[in-house]
Amino acid sequence: MTPPQVPDAEATLVALAERMRGAVAYDAAFVGIYSGGAWLAERLPALVPGDHPVGFIDVSFYRDDYSTTGLKGGSRRTSLPFDVDGATIVLVDDVLFTGRSVRAAINELFDFGRPARIELAVLIDRGGRELPIEPTYCGARLTVARDLSIVLSRDGDRLALGVEGQ
Amino acid sequence: MRSPQLNEEGALTHLLTLEGLPADVIRSILDTADPFVSIAEREVKKVPLLRGKAVFNLFFENSTRTRTTFEIAAKRLSADVINLNIGASSTSKGETLLDTIDNLVAMDADIFVVRHSQSGAPHLIAQHLNAHRRRHVHVVNAGDGRHQHPTQGLLDLYTIRHYKKAFHDLTVSIVGDVLHSRVARSLIHGLTTLGTPEVRVIGPKTLLPAHVEALGVRVFHDMRDGLRGCDAVVMLRLQSERMKGALLPSAGEYFKNYGLTQEKLALAKPDAIVMHPGPMNRGVEIDSAVADSDRAVILPQVTFGIAVRMAVMSMIASA
Repeated sequence: MTPPQVPDAEATLVALAERMRGAVAYDAAFVGIYSGGAWLAERLPALVPGDHPVGFIDVSFYRDDYSTTGLKGGSRRTSLPFDVDGATIVLVDDVLFTGRSVRAAINELFDFGRPARIELAVLIDRGGRELPIEPTYCGARLTVARDLSIVLSRDGDRLALGVEGQ
Repeated sequence: MRSPQLNEEGALTHLLTLEGLPADVIRSILDTADPFVSIAEREVKKVPLLRGKAVFNLFFENSTRTRTTFEIAAKRLSADVINLNIGASSTSKGETLLDTIDNLVAMDADIFVVRHSQSGAPHLIAQHLNAHRRRHVHVVNAGDGRHQHPTQGLLDLYTIRHYKKAFHDLTVSIVGDVLHSRVARSLIHGLTTLGTPEVRVIGPKTLLPAHVEALGVRVFHDMRDGLRGCDAVVMLRLQSERMKGALLPSAGEYFKNYGLTQEKLALAKPDAIVMHPGPMNRGVEIDSAVADSDRAVILPQVTFGIAVRMAVMSMIASA
């Protein structure tokens, strides 16, 4: 079987920023979910006009599969260098699949305060949702077999998308 | 025989001792502790990792501080914490240790935090659980006799790594009652496992174990010689009951020879940190001027201790 075609990550990021431009609040904070989402959140303020603080969130302590898979090594510190109370927050992730990471991230945000609004920006929406969660902004949609992973990687500053078998 | 603290996959399932614990397991505990430190800075100082789990604090020997830090750690992981004052309950009615454990397992305990005056008691409990198909129940040693106090050793390692970044070029001096100190024993094992080139113990002959060199340490009886050029000084508490025996002349004499003063600390490196597992005796093993100086990292040790205990409990609970 030929491997599924994945779009160019840099072009998809520009497409995502295009959709956010004008639609996203001027002072919305961009909070990237480690690790792919964190790379995107770092890049977005240069592409989306406004004054956007950047934060990072590690959802390992909030995942629903902890009791079966445990803590995977390399948890990082969640860092939200702005007041979460009353903030407009755009969660940023690389690939939206089941929606479970986003659920965990929303729960974690609420342990820091009460945001006014939370939106979701994803580079790739691959379908397959197991929770009622939908992106507010999406770079591209892509359908691949359930047992394959879409992986964002970074070489220097350049982002790349790939597909990995499990 | 395989250590009962690791499961078939080599993951930590009980924490009993730092002796023989592989370096990569120690490093992964320290790495896991790191993000837990920042949870204390949140509006809600809790994460849901151990929601619905029951942590039983079994303290057969009193230690308010250690019990409290374990309780805080478990509560920050959203576990339910049950404190048992064992001395006053079943054992005084003649129940054996393992019968007590079986009863608490029947109450659906998930983690036992055990402090016991007998060396090896947590090990015995872990073996009993492993042998009776209760591998989903986990044990953390919170100090057993003169043997080990692994979470204290880990928080000391975390503190040293936090301030000194790496172990491969460090000299660490441990001062005082090494003979009776499970803290010292755990720390020595941890430091040597992580490749610390020079670990020194400093104390009078009566307070150092025979053949302590076999643990891979250098022995000093003169504190000034032992502190020279070191990167970290770990002061041990001098338990007052030692003073009553024949081991020591007097508190004043001890302070003169082995108390840490500014003048003695000046022999260590200029950026050397001063640690103490607490509770400290000012004027016995440490001078107030040192304890309150910016070289002392005694209070950060307490804060890091909670994160390290959170890391240990969350790792074993998922093994």
